[in-house]
Amino acid sequence: MSTLAFQPEVGSLILPFALLAPILAAFLIVFIPKEEGKTIKLVAAIGTLTSLLLSLYVFFAYDRSLAGMQFALTIPLVPDIGVNLAFGVDGISIPMMLLTNLIGFTAVYSSWNIDKRPKEFFVLLLILISGVMGTFIATDLFIFFLFYEIVVIPIYIMVIIWGSSKRVTKEYAGMKLTIYLLIGSALLLVAMVSLWVNATNQLAAMGQGPTFMFADLAKLEFDQNFQIFCFGLLTLGFGSLISMFPFHSWSPDGYAGAPTAVSMIHAGVLKKIGGYGLIRLGLMVFPLGAKFWAPVIAILAVINVLYAAFIALAQKDLKYVVGYSSVSHMGYVLIAVAALNLTSINGAVAMMFAHGVMSALFFSMIGFIYEKTHTRNIADLGGLAHQMPRLAAGFLIAGMAGLGLPGTVNFIGEFTIFIGTVKALPVHAVIGIAGIIFTAVYSLRLIANVLFGPRRKEWDHLQDLRGPELVPLVVLVFVIFVTGMFPNTVLQLIDTGVQSSGLAKVLEAVSQAKIGGLF
Amino acid sequence: MVSFELSLLTTEIIMAVLGLGLFVIGLILPRGSRKGMFPITLFALLGVLAFAIYDFFYGQTGAFLQGMYMHDQFASFLRILFLVAAILVVLSTKDYVAQFQAYRGEFYPLLLLATLGMMLMAGSGDLITMYVGLELMTISFYILVAYKPNDPKSSEAGIKYLVLGAASSAVLLYGVSLIYGLTGNTQLNAIAYALGGDVNPVVILATVMMLAGFGFKISLIPFHMWAPDIYEGAPSPVTAFLATASKAAGFAALVRFYVLMLYNTSMAETGMVILLVLAALTMIVGNLMAIPQKNIQRLMAYSGIAQAGYVMVGVIAVSIASAAGGANPVTAFIDGIKGVLFYLMIYIFANLGAFAVITHVAQTQGSTEIKDYAGLARRSPLAAAVLTVSLLALAGIPPLAGFVGKFYLFSAAINQGHVWIAVIGFVMSMISVYYYLSVVKVMYLGDGEGLAEAPVRGAAKFGMVFSMIVTIVLGIYPTPLAQMAITAATSLVR
Repeated sequence: MSTLAFQPEVGSLILPFALLAPILAAFLIVFIPKEEGKTIKLVAAIGTLTSLLLSLYVFFAYDRSLAGMQFALTIPLVPDIGVNLAFGVDGISIPMMLLTNLIGFTAVYSSWNIDKRPKEFFVLLLILISGVMGTFIATDLFIFFLFYEIVVIPIYIMVIIWGSSKRVTKEYAGMKLTIYLLIGSALLLVAMVSLWVNATNQLAAMGQGPTFMFADLAKLEFDQNFQIFCFGLLTLGFGSLISMFPFHSWSPDGYAGAPTAVSMIHAGVLKKIGGYGLIRLGLMVFPLGAKFWAPVIAILAVINVLYAAFIALAQKDLKYVVGYSSVSHMGYVLIAVAALNLTSINGAVAMMFAHGVMSALFFSMIGFIYEKTHTRNIADLGGLAHQMPRLAAGFLIAGMAGLGLPGTVNFIGEFTIFIGTVKALPVHAVIGIAGIIFTAVYSLRLIANVLFGPRRKEWDHLQDLRGPELVPLVVLVFVIFVTGMFPNTVLQLIDTGVQSSGLAKVLEAVSQAKIGGLF
Repeated sequence: MVSFELSLLTTEIIMAVLGLGLFVIGLILPRGSRKGMFPITLFALLGVLAFAIYDFFYGQTGAFLQGMYMHDQFASFLRILFLVAAILVVLSTKDYVAQFQAYRGEFYPLLLLATLGMMLMAGSGDLITMYVGLELMTISFYILVAYKPNDPKSSEAGIKYLVLGAASSAVLLYGVSLIYGLTGNTQLNAIAYALGGDVNPVVILATVMMLAGFGFKISLIPFHMWAPDIYEGAPSPVTAFLATASKAAGFAALVRFYVLMLYNTSMAETGMVILLVLAALTMIVGNLMAIPQKNIQRLMAYSGIAQAGYVMVGVIAVSIASAAGGANPVTAFIDGIKGVLFYLMIYIFANLGAFAVITHVAQTQGSTEIKDYAGLARRSPLAAAVLTVSLLALAGIPPLAGFVGKFYLFSAAINQGHVWIAVIGFVMSMISVYYYLSVVKVMYLGDGEGLAEAPVRGAAKFGMVFSMIVTIVLGIYPTPLAQMAITAATSLVR
């Protein structure tokens, strides 16, 4: 057993260090003169690399046989309402934390060519990375929210300054994205405050003080109607974050308007906070509410998968295709959550990880294409594989991962989801699988039109990826294949998380519960 | 037994002496050296603040003149709040007031007298004291609002404030006279005792009148019409003070009045229903009306209206608790008041941070239009950063202080079973992000070509940085302020 893992009295400082590394880098960057673009980028890269290495350490040092929350640290922050500055990771949060740092690190390199106000850009980017990471390692609901809302404002500023106006202006895209997420979070806040008030009254009756700790909240039993109410709010809030139909329309517009790094982080990890929140807070604390809403979520999720994939077929802008494809893929995660069984939840987490890596790679490659050709219009592109073979390889692998080619981690995720879902929601699962056909069509069409075909003279001057530009390609492709070939590295970890966090027991109890549901 | 311990009134007496003394000093000093008024006022206020803080933690508490005037922690907390507000306003006025030339001498004394009026309101245990404090504050403001020489907008604002303020005072007095007619008393304790459980139309009418009077001061909808025009016309520092401390004083008086009236079921229930509806309306209308604004002081006026709605939610939480006599009325009571006090303090810092920037821009560029903030991020990065942080704190974005404040307010309301008002509150505060961000957008995106460089210096810089730091620190570690607010709220429970 690792000695570092369990020291409840002292607590482990690894997670706070991982969280602070990007912040520290941002702080350093503030003091670097703005002419020193290179130094700024280097500092940003070092900051994110530190976090990445620390999260890799956590990934490998996590004691899988022991499971449960490890590397925990709890510091009381606001005693009168029971807020603790609490961090800890289990099998569900480690993949997400690793994903955040993988994408954070590669996002810095994807932005290597930014020369418009680089100082502000990297400061905001680092704050963003740190904020996202914070949501995944927080074991206190209040802190979870704190980090979640921290990320919204930097994203807005980044979109309006460094974004691009195509079908919609970047100001519109930025504001749409911000407002959707904030209204969603307002509903989440209502659920959070109601939960806290209810929990506080229960705890007071037992003679205990208030708390926000996920683990303690999950132990309490809430009234069925209250659970239904709260889970409904969570569905709306986290649903709009994970771009559940019909709250998905911010996502393609937002990604199209955002600069590459923001698209990567947003599609890659930020969205996953929705799925993570539904599992961590929704299923564990409000299991009966989940049971009640599951049929609704399942139907919306199927619509997500099919509708978004269908729309993606018709898109002309590269980023819109990937934007809609990510909406479509999130449908699988939602189906898995709605299926409410162990296998499907395992699949959901694996899928979130897989889709994160894949969409980050996709957006990174699209970012480079746009940077070099100054267009994202599919009709204007073609035959890029002739001039830029390395970029083409990355694009191709992202596309293949997107349609779930065996050998990539995405295949593992989707496969697990279908196995889990078929048991509980056979009809939905079968229709959902049909969505893969659409996915294959638009992915292949995209790849064919952008990469292949006759050599075009106007792109002859383009230079292939080189130097720092290669980092996202190498790192993300490596992850896609390694985890695809050895799925147990990730899946086993997720499984320990699902088992040890008490979710297994909760799900079992839910399957016994008879509460009609909505249909 | 008549208690006549003047030592209880130390802060108020110092303030009165200071205010009047500064008038004289302002007259004696030759014109050229009147800039000395600034440091004198500033350091005098700092001294009083130090005493007020000492008084809060270690001072003795008690009722003065048989409860005409209350010297409890609730009053002390608000006294600190008013002094902090006055100091922050004074800090931002150093260069601004210089343009008043001939009238420079009277600006600071008037500010101090307004502060004294607020203190009297917060401490009043009697309707007459409350009214006197309110008038002292309001009359000082009549002059201050019209302070810009030869500016028609400012004069117009002054007249408007005078007329509307007088009307609202009349309404309030009518309420007071009704209550006096019913009970034969003006002292809050005695009134509460005399009214008992009586339910009759006159009591309801009196409640409505009183609420309308206070509603004017805190710009609750539908008594908010004056705010945008007057905020726009008044000199920026005066708007700052009017928007923050004056509103807090209105809430202080409202809470004092309300808490005691709650013993009467009829008043409590009428008040509760009225306030619930008004708070919801205030949050919705205030936020929606702020969206199309082009002038930053008008924008702040509507944002301030919306903020008053949030604070009102906390007051409602109190009233329900006592009226329904829930499981644990005392904790519920404290939760509500704690939320109100905590939020007011944060509101002061966030708003005054924003107004320090507004004053600065008004003085360097001579404009309060939002379009003239273009490119402020490049021309004055500090001012832009402070304004951004302050506005986001007002919107309640964590980790800034506004978030914790809203949490206290809305959790108290939800605890009383009023989830829907919390839903409105949270959703509207997220909508408010839209107009706050549009200011941020102008500052960071616009080129601002042809606009002057606007570096911040000296006292104004200190004020800005200080309020920004406090807004951030209180958001991350709110415990000390929360403890103070709990102490203050507890002192109201007897």
